Amino acid sequence: MSEPNKVESGLVQAPVIEPGHTFATVTDQISSIVLTRPVSNGWVFGFGLSFLLTMGMLYAIGYLFIKGVGIWGVNIPVGWGFAIVNFVWWIGIGHAGTLISAILLLLRQSWRNSINRFAEAMTLFAVSCAGLFPILHLGRPWLAYWLFPIPNTMQYWPQFRSPLVWDVFAVSTYATISALFWFIGLIPDLATLRDRTDNRGLKIVYGMLAMGWRGSARHWARYETAYLLLAGLATPLVLSVHTVVSFDFAVGIVPGWHTTIFPPYFVAGAIYSGFAMVLMLAIPIRKFYGLEDFITERHLENSAMVMLATGLIVGYGYVIEAFMNWYAGDPNEGFVLWNRLHGPYALSYYALLFCNLVLPQVLWIRKFRVKPFWLFLISLDILVGMWLERFVIVVVSLHRDFLTSSWGMYYPTRWDWMTYIGTIGLFLSLMFLFVRILPMISIFEMRTLLPEAEVKSE
Amino acid sequence: MKRDILYGVMAEFKTPTELVEAARATEHAGYKKFDAYSPFPIEELSDAVGFHKNGVPLVVLIAGIIGCLSGYALQYWISVIAYPINVGGRPMHSWPSFVVVTFEVTILFAGVSAVLGMLALNGLPMPYHPVFNVPRFALASKDRFFLIIFYSDPKFDLASTTKFLQAMGPRSISEVPG
Repeated sequence: MSEPNKVESGLVQAPVIEPGHTFATVTDQISSIVLTRPVSNGWVFGFGLSFLLTMGMLYAIGYLFIKGVGIWGVNIPVGWGFAIVNFVWWIGIGHAGTLISAILLLLRQSWRNSINRFAEAMTLFAVSCAGLFPILHLGRPWLAYWLFPIPNTMQYWPQFRSPLVWDVFAVSTYATISALFWFIGLIPDLATLRDRTDNRGLKIVYGMLAMGWRGSARHWARYETAYLLLAGLATPLVLSVHTVVSFDFAVGIVPGWHTTIFPPYFVAGAIYSGFAMVLMLAIPIRKFYGLEDFITERHLENSAMVMLATGLIVGYGYVIEAFMNWYAGDPNEGFVLWNRLHGPYALSYYALLFCNLVLPQVLWIRKFRVKPFWLFLISLDILVGMWLERFVIVVVSLHRDFLTSSWGMYYPTRWDWMTYIGTIGLFLSLMFLFVRILPMISIFEMRTLLPEAEVKSE
Repeated sequence: MKRDILYGVMAEFKTPTELVEAARATEHAGYKKFDAYSPFPIEELSDAVGFHKNGVPLVVLIAGIIGCLSGYALQYWISVIAYPINVGGRPMHSWPSFVVVTFEVTILFAGVSAVLGMLALNGLPMPYHPVFNVPRFALASKDRFFLIIFYSDPKFDLASTTKFLQAMGPRSISEVPG
């Protein structure tokens, strides 16, 4: 591991951990949030509000089950609507967690150690929210298991030539591997909680979850190998997931969808929005739980730079998309661009360009990369922009395709909004529970960053 | 078995450097059955306790190959044999469209086996272990480093082994009941 606290080549960078910490202080500070810190009013309020939104979502879903997808704004020609917009948005957000935990691990970016745990939790919860939408969108959600190759009396099997079936495999594999990666990372910290708590009941719960972890050198060696292999497997997986999501569009022939730029452009967009969500979570968490020593300016700035870079890739995607609309010479493709700029949904396209392309350019200025307040606002802007991008791709492409006779408009209903906002509530409720129940920063990986963790050879 | 009386002798150290040195010295002194415990992974330590055969990569490789083959076989069997759908006379065995799911199933098998294989080879879950009987061992998940020489080691002798560990300047020494 490189020396994370070193000042690098003339550039004074903020340290990954503020100086003065030891194994004991790191352990105590992170585990005390779970074990001894009383529940604050702010937490109760935040959780209560999120939980209320979740209840709203359950109400909307209950009504959907009774009435069917007709309560949503979807109809021909826009059959996908909010459900797929939100699905792509949420799954994209999840990608940053895997990027931080797996890809940055392989690249030996040790600063990731203090944000990977809750970024992985974010992945898991975002994928849970994402997974709801395609299932609800099925129309008969109780038949969702038909998507899997399960032997059945109808002798029916899935169609493996369809990207929608690929998506089922990609997303379910992604959810499984993310959950495993998160859990395996938690095992040593669960052992720490087991050993630190005085509460008999908690000791049993954490003890069961830690599975008798005792930190043996042999165990650590296998553990590190498994963790590294899992990271190596998760890296192509995460890239494949959003690629497959983009195939849902790109394999179709709808103008505006049928393009080869989609896979890389979707992956970059996913990481772009994911880092925005990481920052929107990290900034309040570090403030309210006093974790500025562990989530330092360095983390904020690095994340901001990742956003800037991926934002430029996304911008490149927009430019190439528009260029190809013109260069391909296909009148229907050319119309896509005209329709985006002048059609009834033009406002969403301009808003998307402003949110994703124009405003984030302030990140070139260092002040906006390190000041939590500004970074929070820019992240919010990016999340809105990326949602609009999916809206433009799904709705604006579908509502006017080849035949003018089949044109139509899409208007989301209150049930669309309730379901969407409800999943934000679900996501936040799960995050609120997570920060109270499990260590939100990987304690054992933080210990490895301390100077005293180094084995001095004589 | 005699193990019922005593499991081993355990020494506690304050820094990872002390632990790695102690582990090396223990191996040098001819002990075969000993182990070290640390609150975070220490690269040098697995070597110092004489751990060289890491079975995890092989497990993952085998599971990955099985996943790859079964993922492809599943799609071939369904698309060609069990449920063939003729769309405009296109070939049933349309392998390019099977690549994605084959890849995903490979990753799924390999990833699950990495976790289960690691746990199985480590003998986890194991809620009870004799080392937990030492009260100070709770610090092994916080900031202390432990070395244990097992009673089952042929060279083990309570008096001389304790003396051997004592010579390395540990913070404490405890007998681990079996």
